[in-house]
Amino acid sequence: MADAEDVTANPVNEPLDLVRLSLNEIVFVKLRGDRELQGRLHAYDSHCNLVLGEVEETIYVIDEDDEEETVRVRKQNYDGVSKARRIS
Amino acid sequence: MSAPQANGAGEARDPSGFLGEIINSPVTVKLNSGVVYKGELQSVDGYMNIALDQTREIVDGKPRRNYGDAFIRGNNVMYISADH
Repeated sequence: MADAEDVTANPVNEPLDLVRLSLNEIVFVKLRGDRELQGRLHAYDSHCNLVLGEVEETIYVIDEDDEEETVRVRKQNYDGVSKARRIS
Repeated sequence: MSAPQANGAGEARDPSGFLGEIINSPVTVKLNSGVVYKGELQSVDGYMNIALDQTREIVDGKPRRNYGDAFIRGNNVMYISADH
């Protein structure tokens, strides 16, 4: 029995279903500390620990040169599978 | 006297009753960081994890990005508000 009923009506019965539907897709993850990840979602758990592949991390850094604040973007790639713990 | 009664918005029950009522309708979600997400509420769970559809991200009152679907981890949520 369980929750047999409206699986076809709406595939997102609970929020983590959305994450499940994103498995093997390229996902965009916003992290604390002005960081973003883009990569392929290989696995996740109920804590939202994620395993991503082909990851590109974007870090937004504020430069304070001469009292002028500019936002600098740094990107770095991770080869192979990289682990990202605790999205927020 | 002790029974919770109508508080102005429909039949006020408890928070999860309210959330059940506003599923599939437009909502505003504010995070502890101050960032605001507006979209259609697909689902919520007991952790306040949220799935939104047609999501708009608003930072400092200005639109930032749009997402088709967005998952928000519940620990970040300050509130969920029905848009009308």
